[in-house]
Amino acid sequence: MNNSPNPGPAIEFRNVWYRIGDENANGSDNVLLRDLTLEVQRGETLVLLGRSGSGKTTTLKLINRLLAQSAGAIFVDGRALHEWDVIRLRRMIGYVIQETGLFPHFTVARNIGVVPQIEGWSADRVRQRVTEMLQLVGLEPQLASRYPRELSGGQRQRVGVARALAADPSFLLMDEPFGALDPITRAELQREFLALQQRLGKTVVFVTHDLREALLLGTRIALMESGQLVATLKPEEFLHSKDPMVAAYVDAFKTELSPAPRNQDAPSK
Amino acid sequence: MNVLQFIAQNRTEVLELTAEHLWLVGASIALAVLIGIPLGVLITRWPVFSKPVLGSANIIQTIPSLALFGFLLPAPWIGARADRLAILALTLYALLPLIRNTYTGIKGVDPAVVEAGRGMGMTDRQLLWQVQLPLALSVIIAGIRVATVLSIGVATIAAAIGAGGLGEYIFRGLAMVNNQVILAGAIPAAALAILADASLGWLEKRLAPR
Repeated sequence: MNNSPNPGPAIEFRNVWYRIGDENANGSDNVLLRDLTLEVQRGETLVLLGRSGSGKTTTLKLINRLLAQSAGAIFVDGRALHEWDVIRLRRMIGYVIQETGLFPHFTVARNIGVVPQIEGWSADRVRQRVTEMLQLVGLEPQLASRYPRELSGGQRQRVGVARALAADPSFLLMDEPFGALDPITRAELQREFLALQQRLGKTVVFVTHDLREALLLGTRIALMESGQLVATLKPEEFLHSKDPMVAAYVDAFKTELSPAPRNQDAPSK
Repeated sequence: MNVLQFIAQNRTEVLELTAEHLWLVGASIALAVLIGIPLGVLITRWPVFSKPVLGSANIIQTIPSLALFGFLLPAPWIGARADRLAILALTLYALLPLIRNTYTGIKGVDPAVVEAGRGMGMTDRQLLWQVQLPLALSVIIAGIRVATVLSIGVATIAAAIGAGGLGEYIFRGLAMVNNQVILAGAIPAAALAILADASLGWLEKRLAPR
């Protein structure tokens, strides 16, 4: 894409606000993002971590303009969002969502080849790319002619990732992509994602509420709460941070990992 | 002689009337598809129009058919030829199921699929033709099925204004107080309706999202 990469951050948010509905009705309840200032460095995996309603998915969708900010400026590759042609922008950003959103009436091969096809690649080039992508995400070539309904959840999400990477975008936006999978498959895909990132070096923004996932996959973790950015820290720093909100989040996960011992005298049937 | 013998004896006329009937229904469904499906797509894009458009189509459908024929009679070009008038009225009746089913069919597509399509950079047109319409097709065909069966029924009334079709026999038989003649019109019309329903229903099932 770029021969001389822009030296600045890959994605930048400056004082971004996002409101829904009428701002005069009901006051603060419809402010989903409050004065967000954030930078995503080239080649890093920035994890947006937070509970439901923290604003992390909203932040993600502002990047590919599925949502439009109410105030503030967003820059991708140094250019303001409103200066980008929105279709061009989206085609250079891979988008992976939790429900996968695979086209049910397309085969796996056609699903993966969507962006190359709408970009006008030749049929041969598309076919070749689909084969490459299947290999990249670890799917057997015979799955190419199957339909999404015939695949398992893990296979489907692999297709989702393959589809997002097919046109070789520089950016990847992932919204809790592994959230709907069983823990074993999730762990598998997380490992594979790590390996893929090492190979490809895309700039990734990854949304999750799972601290373990964030620690595993993130170069940096941005904790969000009630539409505001609390802290942006490296994984090691995150675990030992003295910030009350960060510590609370870490605490919540510690409790989950080692539950209180059960009552030994539970009545037997 | 019974009805079947009567039909066999007058088969040329029966076939002529059936052909006229099919012409009335065919032309009006084709027009309704050409107008109704684009309108249905339009109101999914601009929801502000959905109430007025669906509302108007609904009102048109509630007007009794004979009354609608009556309203349109004085119209300059349309009223001049009975079959034009009948086709216009039939088209108007067929609009509601087509517009409404196109609208609900498109709205019913999995929102995750639409979000993924938009997020990967599909233009609105690409999204419509490659994703939304193919996935809504089964529901749209259901709308065509309902409209067709409806049309076959209402077209029998077209004979009252001289537009021809199987209604001719029905009205003639009523005037002559002759059951055989009535049935010679009613049975083929019913058969057409059942055939249309079955074949379009089969198509609908074939195209249903698996």
